Amino acid sequence: MYMESLISFIVTEYNYSAALILIMIGMYGMIAKNNLLKKVIGMSIFQSAIILFYISIGYKGGASIPIIKHGSGMADHAAIDPTLYVNPLPHVLMLTAIVVGVATLGVALAILQKIYRVHGTIEEDEILESLKE
Amino acid sequence: MNLYGSLLWQFDLLIIPMVIICAIAALTIRDLLSATVVFGAYSFLMCLLWTEMLAVDVAFTEAAVGAGVSTILMVATALHIKRKSKD
Amino acid sequence: MKRLTLFLVVLLGAYLVWTTQDLPDWGDPASPANSYLSTHYIKKAYEETSVPNLVTAVLADYRGYDTMFETVVVFCAGLAVLTILRRTKRKHKKNVKFRPQREGVDIILQNAARLMIAPMQLFALYVIAHGHHSPGGGFQGGVILGASFILLALAYDLKSTLRRFKENTVLFYSGLGVLIYAGIGVISLVLGGNFLAYAAWGGLLGISEVEAHSYGMLGVEIGVAFTVMAIMFSLYLDLASGGDLDEGL
Repeated sequence: MYMESLISFIVTEYNYSAALILIMIGMYGMIAKNNLLKKVIGMSIFQSAIILFYISIGYKGGASIPIIKHGSGMADHAAIDPTLYVNPLPHVLMLTAIVVGVATLGVALAILQKIYRVHGTIEEDEILESLKE
Repeated sequence: MNLYGSLLWQFDLLIIPMVIICAIAALTIRDLLSATVVFGAYSFLMCLLWTEMLAVDVAFTEAAVGAGVSTILMVATALHIKRKSKD
Repeated sequence: MKRLTLFLVVLLGAYLVWTTQDLPDWGDPASPANSYLSTHYIKKAYEETSVPNLVTAVLADYRGYDTMFETVVVFCAGLAVLTILRRTKRKHKKNVKFRPQREGVDIILQNAARLMIAPMQLFALYVIAHGHHSPGGGFQGGVILGASFILLALAYDLKSTLRRFKENTVLFYSGLGVLIYAGIGVISLVLGGNFLAYAAWGGLLGISEVEAHSYGMLGVEIGVAFTVMAIMFSLYLDLASGGDLDEGL
């Protein structure tokens, strides 16, 4: 019974499972990889997996893009049916998250270049060794 | 079964495995320049996935930012440091 | 170490799968996230702001305060990169082992860039101005505008690009964008409304309050576009040259 519901979750709500798999890949990259640029790539994968999760939450079956059709919605026309448009709120939150994400990615890469300039390497174990000396 | 699924689930079946393969490849390729370019491909596939989920503004932003500018920034960094990675 | 990490990650995945059992069905119009506030936005946003693109309406009007500080975050990130990397003289030249070398001049790339840059900038302006009616807005248009300058610096060298668009000018524009955004808020405060409540602009411009929302949004989108454009180009300048602005990629 429990296995059945699990399998039906993975098959029918594949967007959630894709987000989970990408979160796991990103987390593995952030923790296990030795190279700092690989860690940054893992962080970006983690971030876009979370964005995928939010966008999945805002999706409505049978709806259209969140731009009001011309001519509907003003006072003298018929009221707008909310089931016809997907939820715009997660889109707004994630749109700013992407742009802030690239700005913070720039800061991470700048720190990475600075580390390379000081230590001559971006491998984590070699940096730790050069710090001990 | 799920009543509210996507209209274009065939595209999903194509794109989601490719997204996951690109994510794993970007983390496992040892040449850092190749890894960053594969990461750009990952961003673009993600943008396709969001277009297909009707998040047009987010997909537009990701196409401009993720596949464009952030790939260039990563390539710029990869060229300034040692290109070979140990893992 | 790797096995321990793999174990931890699988544990996290199992935990997340267990918690997602309680999530509503994917695409359910009656799920909690699609019910309360977003229904109000979909029903009322066009009537209250006269902007058909709901994402732009929510981004620049209902959540305008939030977006202002997102712009400030982008601005601060640009300043942080400048603080970390920028240097006037190349002191540590011996440490930079794999510096990219420019091999001659690529005439095909330069001519293609010359043809493409002007349409790119025109398209970026269209995206900024038409963000009310189609996908787009300040963030996307700003990024495309910044990318056109990055293309100029990639096709030609960094020095000739900087002669046309100086670093001081780039930083001036990044501050100007935040100033435009905050200034529109402060002026609506002076005109008798709340901070970033664009309805107060209606009397000044001689238009209805609903139209004033639309024009106020256009103003803040222009501010956002200035900051994002300048910071994207500034990030490229510092990261590609290693901070000394001598030569790019």
